[in-house]
Amino acid sequence: MQIHSSRSPFRMVRFGWAFVMSALGAMVLSAVAHAEPATTTGQAVTDTEVTVGQLHSATGTMAISETGSIQAERLAIDQINASGGILGRKIKIIQEDGASDWPTFAEKSKKLLTSDHVAAVFGCWTSASRKAVLPVFEKENGLLYYPTFYEGLEQSKNVFYTGQEATQQILAGLDWIAKEKKAKTFFLIGSDYIWPRTSNKIARKHIENVLHGTVVGEEYYPLGHTQFGSLINKIKLKKPDVVYAIVVGGSNVSFYKQLKAAGVTADKQNLLTISVTEDEMLGIGGENVAGFYAAMKYFQSLDNENNKKFVAAFKAKYGPKSVIGDVTQAAYEGPWLWKAAVEKAKSFDVDKVVAASPGIELKTAPEGYVKIHKNHHLWSKLRIGQAQADGQFKVLYESGLIEPNPFPKGYQ
Amino acid sequence: MTSASDFFSIVVMQGFNGLSSFAVLLLMALGLAIIFGQMGVINMAHGEFLTIGAYTTFLLSQLSEKLPWFQKSYFLLAVLLSFFIAAGIGLLVEHFMIRHLYRRPLDTLLATWGLSLIMQQGFRSIFGAKEVSATLPEWLMGSFKPTASIDIPINGVFVMGLTLVLTTGVFFILLKTRWGVWVRATTQNRVMAAAAGINTRKIDRGAFALGCGLAGIAGAAFTTIGSTGPTSGSLYIVDTFLVVVFGGAESLVGTIASAFGIAQTQATSEFFLTGSTAKVLTLTAIIVVLMLRPQGLFTIRVRR
Repeated sequence: MQIHSSRSPFRMVRFGWAFVMSALGAMVLSAVAHAEPATTTGQAVTDTEVTVGQLHSATGTMAISETGSIQAERLAIDQINASGGILGRKIKIIQEDGASDWPTFAEKSKKLLTSDHVAAVFGCWTSASRKAVLPVFEKENGLLYYPTFYEGLEQSKNVFYTGQEATQQILAGLDWIAKEKKAKTFFLIGSDYIWPRTSNKIARKHIENVLHGTVVGEEYYPLGHTQFGSLINKIKLKKPDVVYAIVVGGSNVSFYKQLKAAGVTADKQNLLTISVTEDEMLGIGGENVAGFYAAMKYFQSLDNENNKKFVAAFKAKYGPKSVIGDVTQAAYEGPWLWKAAVEKAKSFDVDKVVAASPGIELKTAPEGYVKIHKNHHLWSKLRIGQAQADGQFKVLYESGLIEPNPFPKGYQ
Repeated sequence: MTSASDFFSIVVMQGFNGLSSFAVLLLMALGLAIIFGQMGVINMAHGEFLTIGAYTTFLLSQLSEKLPWFQKSYFLLAVLLSFFIAAGIGLLVEHFMIRHLYRRPLDTLLATWGLSLIMQQGFRSIFGAKEVSATLPEWLMGSFKPTASIDIPINGVFVMGLTLVLTTGVFFILLKTRWGVWVRATTQNRVMAAAAGINTRKIDRGAFALGCGLAGIAGAAFTTIGSTGPTSGSLYIVDTFLVVVFGGAESLVGTIASAFGIAQTQATSEFFLTGSTAKVLTLTAIIVVLMLRPQGLFTIRVRR
């Protein structure tokens, strides 16, 4: 023990030297690589092929959520290739694993941009991973398509947000339940991190200033919390008209199972959530959420021709039991939106693609129709779905197209 | 706004909630109390043995959907089977890894942490990254209603019952059986125990497997109140160590007292404060107590 511990610092030093030497070597190599540009735009584009990156967590805690996005982006790219590719070029994917670790995301994004020279990256899921790669994309002038609904308060030249920002997902949902259920009192619940807190802040402002209701409780629980008994008793004591829930991850499952066991079911309590999609239903069990409401832009059960084709293709590729949640669909739109912008710009150059993007419409989107706003978010609709015991949602309401507003005045 | 009877109902339900959290904490700490408390092995992969139990339950629930006669009883079989599968894997882990690392606690910490990552990725490769849900039999769902406004969750009652049975069982084994005497002798003074003719190798193996098996049962029981996914077990690991360390690593009574203390503090403060604040309060209380009593609440006096 003693001998080992006295030797190890020495080994650390040697390891350190090796590291420095190899880093120097890598710098020399990359300098050489930069000296001869591969193509006119410096990107990995040949006459027959264009390379894109895919950067999600295939391993680690977040793999549970990001798997659907990886699958959807692959499906979209396969379909684009099958229909002739982009500007006559087939898309080649380089997939990197962010491994649920934010520094790894930053490192891999740098690799994709500076050594693979990819023309676009489809990736990230959590806000934390997006924040970690953002400086890299801005410095290297890369292009990222980000699929998750998120808290807003961000806009970058180098990112397109194909999920909804918070006001799109929250305001119309609250309006609906206030009108339909004559709701006046709300109990806000969330996991304790930026997205639920920012979203509940927006929800509270809207409830108090626009709907003239009251927030009778606002509570946050640490990520991974598994005991919700006290919270459930508080809900019973306060008897709110609506429980507004933004619980995520393993906690989500505990929360709904314990609600059901404590007798808080849909026939006695209205509950509206923005954090349960078909993916989460798999883990929670449909019987434990049945009757509660979710506000999303997409549900697998949406009844339109685009969606029928999309669901059929997804199941053909990934098996009849696979389910498609809101983010999976948003991830599917990424490659198609990029294709449309590239074709409009007639170039893969990032500046030209970004300039061509605002106003681009996707009439084949499974959710129906989306349009890119000049703030890089999408115009989209909001739907209210009622959870069913079989793990699907029944769509009860559909809003008009909502303008994305990532920096909402009066809600901050 | 709230009537007296409503208030009474909440007090009853909150009291039950505290007890139910106590049962959950104790159930997950029981296996570790043997592995860490008695044997001194810091097993960071303990949570993954819980996950083994959870997935065993899920697989049996899948099977039961095809066999209608099996639907009501599968859960009890799942609890038993979880014990044996987790204990079996525990035996293998002991044989190939842990036994080489006794008396090297820091190396064990790293090695078992690595093992937990390997097991998590293993679950991910076998069962997929997405969470799954075991369909519970009807008799485990819903609530028991003694009055109109009181709901006592049946799965909570089930976990409490199971915890009671297992705790009694562990006490009986450790205090009343010959094997239990050997385990205690080995942990208190390994050299003397070996000199007295006890096969300490065999004792180590058995005790580690028992601890893992108990974790498996906990995992099966927690499918009724929590998630089943590759990382579900890791949600419990911090609390589990907290309970065992706070109680005094070598004392089973300490584990019980500490689970009770932590659960009541947490449940009560969650009710009057908010979730995250309650956690801060609980952890602060534990830190203060451990500063005053670094050995934990209860200790056994042994001559080393």
